[in-house]
Amino acid sequence: FKQINLSFRYTIMNFMDLDQRGKIQAYYIWIDGSGQGLRGKTKTMDGPIKSVDELPVWNFDGSSTDQSDGENSDVYLKPVAIFRDPFRRGDNILVMCECYTFDDKPHPTNKRSECLSVMDRVAEEHPWFGIEQEYTLYESDGITPLGWPVNGFPGPQGPYYCAVGAQNVFGRKVVEAHYRACMFAGIRIAGSNAEVMPSQWEYQVGPCEGIDMGDHLWVSRWILCRVAEEFNVVVSFDPKPKAGEWNGAGCHTNISTLKMRQDGGMAHIITAIEKMSHKQREHIEEYDPKKGEDNTRRLTGRHETASIEQFSYGVAHRGASIRIPRQCDNDGKGYFEDRRPASNCDPYSVTSRIVRTICDLD
Amino acid sequence: MDGLDGLANPFLDLPQGPNIMAMYIWIDGTGQGMRCKTRTLPNKKYTPDELPIWNFDGSSTGQADGDNSDVYLKPVAVFRDPFRRGDNILVLCETYSYEMVPNSTNKRAACVKNMERCADQHPWFGIEQEYTMFDYTGKHPYGWPKNGYPGPQGPYYCGAGSDKVKGRKIVEGHYRACLYAGVKIAGSNAEVMPSQWEYQVGPCEGISMGDHLWVSRWILCRLAEEFNVVISFDPKPIPGDWNGAGCHTNISTEAMRQDGGYDKIIEAIKLMEKKPLEHIMEYDPTGGDDNRRRLTGQHETASIDEFSYGVAHRGASIRIPRQVDNDKKGYFEDRRPSSNADPYSVTNRIVMTICLGE
Repeated sequence: FKQINLSFRYTIMNFMDLDQRGKIQAYYIWIDGSGQGLRGKTKTMDGPIKSVDELPVWNFDGSSTDQSDGENSDVYLKPVAIFRDPFRRGDNILVMCECYTFDDKPHPTNKRSECLSVMDRVAEEHPWFGIEQEYTLYESDGITPLGWPVNGFPGPQGPYYCAVGAQNVFGRKVVEAHYRACMFAGIRIAGSNAEVMPSQWEYQVGPCEGIDMGDHLWVSRWILCRVAEEFNVVVSFDPKPKAGEWNGAGCHTNISTLKMRQDGGMAHIITAIEKMSHKQREHIEEYDPKKGEDNTRRLTGRHETASIEQFSYGVAHRGASIRIPRQCDNDGKGYFEDRRPASNCDPYSVTSRIVRTICDLD
Repeated sequence: MDGLDGLANPFLDLPQGPNIMAMYIWIDGTGQGMRCKTRTLPNKKYTPDELPIWNFDGSSTGQADGDNSDVYLKPVAVFRDPFRRGDNILVLCETYSYEMVPNSTNKRAACVKNMERCADQHPWFGIEQEYTMFDYTGKHPYGWPKNGYPGPQGPYYCGAGSDKVKGRKIVEGHYRACLYAGVKIAGSNAEVMPSQWEYQVGPCEGISMGDHLWVSRWILCRLAEEFNVVISFDPKPIPGDWNGAGCHTNISTEAMRQDGGYDKIIEAIKLMEKKPLEHIMEYDPTGGDDNRRRLTGQHETASIDEFSYGVAHRGASIRIPRQVDNDKKGYFEDRRPSSNADPYSVTNRIVMTICLGE
């Protein structure tokens, strides 16, 4: 199998530099009915495309993605953001889309539409976000974490966080490829590191203002899954992939408004956190695709999480719901980190909920 | 096995736009492990002071508690990244606790101070880093027969031939990567035990010895990932009739390097003779426990309990190279530091004894 794979890959390379004769490939990406899966398909366009406005509304079979019934299955795809395609290169593009129903309303699974209107309402607050996306790599069977012994476990957590060495890190190739692919695509990837559980990784996207956070994060997830295909590795965004003494995976969300970033901003940070403390349940419902059910497995109060039942915050406190970074405490301004969102959360839902709370929209 | 075939990564030639990747590297709470993480920065040539101070979760590396976990990373040295190439960089860091005091595991801070105090003596160092290659389980030396042992030591030192040396690819890759990065790698050779190798870094003055050696270790472990090989810096990886691994440390001051310097060398050795325990404490990360397994008096080591020195004597604590004895000037070699020693601790202790009289 390996031999066939090698020659297949080399053969493909011969075709990827063929001239496209003035046409480009636009890969339309959308979020499916599960609220966590990504789908995509390609359309040829006259190139180059410089603005998302040049792209047509398209559509797809929603009955195949749990987004409509068979007898009224067409769901519309409205382009909302474009990025360069790091796989096809050249002028080819990735196109992030919103789903609309046949009667031109945002599809029930479309969380971006409402997020955008929220962000438009608070635009003068200039909310910035940075999300720390954690994930776990699996072997191609989708069952064994990458590099773990079959039917067994590696040594306990300790040596793996930010590690180096073949006994400590698994899948760095995927991580390196993803980082470069995101940089090329125009995703605001800010950093990456190996995580506490072996085969678990994290990358950070941001700072992004308003609706950009969700767009950049979703496309970065698509790029990750697509890169991993090249290496025959499976990506899981499950927030507690392994029960027991193994860390879960989150989407720690860092937030600030313009006032928080300016001198004296700490007072605004504390005010915002206090507002959030009164809406624990409302936030938890938006912090994974199952209204908190997924996060119940992860937010136990152990393994650097806070319990899902209780709200807490503290400076440099990784066992709290919200952490104020030490640097911000020193500077008296900056941002704060909500550690509750799960790795499979919808960043549109998360950022929208946060802004609604701290900007008093509901 | 992580199931990734050994093909080169086709994404690494993607243009990066206006940004670079900076790999921040630090030493963790064990005093021998290294950790690293990446951040994007605007592309320009950075000195350490121009790079942002960062931070990490010290509770995951034995360097802080969970409820007060942020530990700062202060850049102290910059090298070119031989894996990501282009304008990407490696950034060696010191760790600082929340009141900006050096973390208790940060041995560089004290070393820098002492190196500055004796800067006029221009202490030079060269360290011979030995290490052993293990297979991906980390339990069996790389290339050794499954469930067994190779033939006894003898034919392997500086050997050639697939029955004599294992893992030369990694050694060759590491040497080039270090040269590219700007690490002062001076040489390399296969060692006495099969699958054991050595490379030398230096001559480095003052604090740069520790910086260059730590980064060379990171490059080695990172490179070996590509080959699914684990690098061990354990000073006695296989008990029995197999050599241990050291970090023989060569030292000289300007006075020793000049004509007639031989007297200064002997003076320095005599000062070190008075402090065997103080030095042994700093020559591995466990206050001497690791070295006890290695410094037995056999296998080209001196016993941990006795201090000795001699010209060309590889069974002594300190060896004066024959060439130095001929020239009556030069340097001397302390053979006691273990392969997993912290070069900041080692060089700091040495200059305290021979340059600062402490």
